Amino acid sequence: MDTIDYYQIMSIGVYGSAIGLILIGLYAVLMKKHLTKIVIGLSIIDAGINLLFIAIGYISNGTAPIYSSQGIDLVKAGTPMVDPVPQALVLTAIVIGFGVTAVALSLVIRLYRHHNTARIDQIKSLKW
Amino acid sequence: MKKLLIILLLAVVGYFLTVSMSNIKFGANRMGDSSQPKTVGAFYLSKTPGELSVANVITAIVVNYRGFDTLGEVSVLFLAATGLGSILYKKKKKGEHLPTVKKPSSALLQAGSKLIFPAILVLGAYVFIHGHLTPGGGFQGGAIIATGFLLMMMSYKDFTMNHSVITWVESLAGITFASIGLIGLVVDHSFLENFLPIGRINDLISGGIIPLIYVAVGFKVAAELSGVLDTLLSIKEK
Repeated sequence: MDTIDYYQIMSIGVYGSAIGLILIGLYAVLMKKHLTKIVIGLSIIDAGINLLFIAIGYISNGTAPIYSSQGIDLVKAGTPMVDPVPQALVLTAIVIGFGVTAVALSLVIRLYRHHNTARIDQIKSLKW
Repeated sequence: MKKLLIILLLAVVGYFLTVSMSNIKFGANRMGDSSQPKTVGAFYLSKTPGELSVANVITAIVVNYRGFDTLGEVSVLFLAATGLGSILYKKKKKGEHLPTVKKPSSALLQAGSKLIFPAILVLGAYVFIHGHLTPGGGFQGGAIIATGFLLMMMSYKDFTMNHSVITWVESLAGITFASIGLIGLVVDHSFLENFLPIGRINDLISGGIIPLIYVAVGFKVAAELSGVLDTLLSIKEK
């Protein structure tokens, strides 16, 4: 029996869940009628993309890119540090995602006030 | 019919995502050795301890190498908070007080949140003060502080944020960030250039301007997130 390739399984798990989150979010955005659920779908897509970024930056057996005293010892012993650039980008992306969600929710509230409903199939003025 | 089309679209998107990701091996070292950096990530990893003496490389990237980007990010957050306020603006009647929650919460929750609220504030301050040494930073610490304010808003009926205090904290923090950048421009001919001594790695006071900027970002994010939460919670329907 061959040795089980641990990283093969991990890659299927991590990439699979990231792509799965993106697809679930896209499904929610396209299928759901309630605007709040569409906003939730957008933030699920966000989470999937962030997970994908972090997974791409991972290096097997890598440690966090922090030069604490343990980190310096680990690097001297030959442990690689994971790529810091995707993590910094994801930090930015999370903050922007928060801004997008907040503004989208406020627009939903505004629509609800105007039309008395937040379901897009009941907002009549959208029909052309 | 529509559902079928959407599932077909999702299948196509999923297929192409899977195909493109299958070429990227999970856990492979694409950065190269940090003694001879090939990619920008390895370059940051090799330069950060010597150039900036900042332990947390992500902080070094966010605040120093891409500090201008972070200034833009903070202003996006500011715009989101302002836009939220202006979209949801409703003229208040004189002397009208908008309650954040309708029913008062239980005595247990009130006592517990009073007990835990200072601890949350201290944890948030710890996270953004130590942003250059440990995982965390201004954005994370600010978010933690905002959760503390959210807890107070949820448990106390008449807990309201003072909006003029929020605006002042926000503006002062933003001005601090921008003026530190401008001092760098005057002293070292480059915006956000480090003009303070970098100190020793893993000391609390190290990394030059990075801790100062992250403390300012922490205050700004905490004020903005609390303001957003307060705006969203004090919506009055009809």
